[in-house]
Amino acid sequence: MLYLDHAATTPIRPQVWEEISALADRGWGNPTGFHASARAAKNALEEARERVAAVLGCRPLEVVFTGGGTESDNLAVKGAALAGGERGGVVTSAVEHEAVLSSARFLEDWGCTVTRVGVDRDGLVDPSEVAAAVTPDTAVVSVMAANNETGARQPVREITEAVRERTGCNVLVHTDAVQAFVSEELAVEDLGVDLLSLAAHKFGGPTGVGVLFVRDGVALEPVAHGGGQELGRRSGSHHVLGAVGMALAMELTAADRERFRRDVSEARRRFEEALSEQVPGLSVTSHSARTVQHSHLRFPGVANQTLLVRLDRLGLAASAGSSCQSGAAQVSHVLSAMGLSGSEARTSVRFSFGWTTQPSDGDLAAKLTIRALEGLL
Amino acid sequence: MRVLAAMSGGVDSSVAAAMMHEEGHEVTGVTLKLWQGPDGEAPTHGCCTVSDSEDARRVAAGLDIPYYVFDYTDDFASAVVDPFVESYRNGRTPNPCVECNRSIKFSILLEEAARLDCDLLVTGHYARVTREGGRWRLRRGVDQSKDQSYVLHMLGQEELARTRFPVGEMTKTETRRVAADLGLRNAHKRDSYEICFIADDYRRFIAQRAPEAVRPGRIVDASQNQVGEHRGVANFTVGQRRGLGVAVGEPRYVVELDPHTSTVVIGSARDLLTGAIEVEKVSWVDGAPPPQAQPECLVQLRVHGEPVGALIAPSDSRPDRWTATFLEPQRSAAPGQAAVFYRGDEVLGGGTIARLLR
Repeated sequence: MLYLDHAATTPIRPQVWEEISALADRGWGNPTGFHASARAAKNALEEARERVAAVLGCRPLEVVFTGGGTESDNLAVKGAALAGGERGGVVTSAVEHEAVLSSARFLEDWGCTVTRVGVDRDGLVDPSEVAAAVTPDTAVVSVMAANNETGARQPVREITEAVRERTGCNVLVHTDAVQAFVSEELAVEDLGVDLLSLAAHKFGGPTGVGVLFVRDGVALEPVAHGGGQELGRRSGSHHVLGAVGMALAMELTAADRERFRRDVSEARRRFEEALSEQVPGLSVTSHSARTVQHSHLRFPGVANQTLLVRLDRLGLAASAGSSCQSGAAQVSHVLSAMGLSGSEARTSVRFSFGWTTQPSDGDLAAKLTIRALEGLL
Repeated sequence: MRVLAAMSGGVDSSVAAAMMHEEGHEVTGVTLKLWQGPDGEAPTHGCCTVSDSEDARRVAAGLDIPYYVFDYTDDFASAVVDPFVESYRNGRTPNPCVECNRSIKFSILLEEAARLDCDLLVTGHYARVTREGGRWRLRRGVDQSKDQSYVLHMLGQEELARTRFPVGEMTKTETRRVAADLGLRNAHKRDSYEICFIADDYRRFIAQRAPEAVRPGRIVDASQNQVGEHRGVANFTVGQRRGLGVAVGEPRYVVELDPHTSTVVIGSARDLLTGAIEVEKVSWVDGAPPPQAQPECLVQLRVHGEPVGALIAPSDSRPDRWTATFLEPQRSAAPGQAAVFYRGDEVLGGGTIARLLR
């Protein structure tokens, strides 16, 4: 099988499995308890926090463990807006992940002002447009580092600077870096953001665990109320094994990035070049500024549903980029915001490469895709 | 052969897929997502629910066959739901299953099956496809009480050549037994009878989309004397007896609906009698009408109606329509319902009742 749906989730790295398994018989305790098993778990958890902080270039207590990327986004956007007192406004982009957009919609229903900044044909926002949307009412600006469907990389640093220039440090800036982290250096100081979301399973870690970086001094209203874990920012018994697995996956990813970028971009180059020769009118979405791992392609006249079934039959896993709970392919808000028509969206397929990808996978992917297209072009 | 099996999550289509798999075919299961609520969510009851597609998915997993959900919500809305509402707006009583079979299952899905290199499309309908004299025939299912050939009358040679209905050879009891023998999780799931995209009351559904079809109006007798009031023509079907709210001596029936003036005309059982009907959108299983000048056949006027004898002929007034003249006047014809022509248990063709010729 050739797995090219890494943007959806990734196979867990073997070392991560080993570390989690090794910890299973001594790290299962509840870190908040008053005994030996609690201490063992607490030590493992706090060590994991330090390791995550080291990778992100922040302080350990700025790391909040969550249940995943969606929860991190919810905590960032809702938490910031609800903690803003009179100021509850949100400025975001039209191409954010549903976790951010639905959180914003929820706040809007409760009376907060939400502005969704549009994007160009490549799916990029203009930083000055984002800054211009900020008003005295704005509590948080949320723009993703890389888009989950197209891989389009937003100029996060420029956005932060533009917002700061307009408002000082009054307004919080959040970025959803769930897709970007696997291939991009993301030191929070360089980006200048106050809040940053990550999900472990997008880079070889386990599902069900994520991180929200929360800059020291930033107040968030919790979205999950309870026992007050994570300094009251995220209640709920800790997923210690997950946190440890995530910390290791982040270290491995950071150490492996150079190789990752080289192999993945080579695989993608071979894949897209071979396809362009064979597929008339093939076009690459967000060509100008995308991550190395995303290959979001449009096959004119070919329904993505048909192509995906045929690819699956040949053992190649790809995606329509957006799917509902039942798994049916849907026309996404991302492509609509970029000005693609419904029929353009329905002929798009997302191939996403990852840490298991070898350069030769690009050749194989092209071969299988061309075979899957037989009779459809 | 390579087979695409449409799986609703119900027992019939599950057994159909399982039987093809048992026979050694390479089966791919697919659930059609046809409808979603205004907020984009799957309905929680009725058809197209998450639990229905979950049942289908689990059955497919049990058979170890690939399974997908295909999204045809846009096509379904324009080809089935919009005409359904429009029909009520025009005082007709539509059959959305017919339109879905015509425009979605045996059109778009059948085309998709071809693109996926599938030789056959398999569904859980109770009907039979046979090959006789070099031609494809469509016959009633073995289980007369479950027969669904009525809603499949639009199938022609091209469609039948690539379609199979495995449970059409069995009774419902046998289907359930096969399901239980195969260990299918939905062997005892109850049958669904409702309109798949309407979770509660169809009247509310129509009211939201065609308010003019539910505006109050008069109930009159044959001489246009007002005998009562009603809350919208969409609440009535020609031939309906119950719910008129009119107390008169002998039984009264709806004999006509005038959507333009929102008038319901009622009358006696005699007034309801129809000698002939005009049928539109007529198609023939064999591709052409029977060769006789004015063939005698059986006509079925409702999903579970008894077939009645009639002579059929091209309409004098409209070249695209056919007329069915009943051997004995009928009371159960309603505009919008399908009129399906049979010879014995074989479907010859059919169409939609356009007009009653009293």
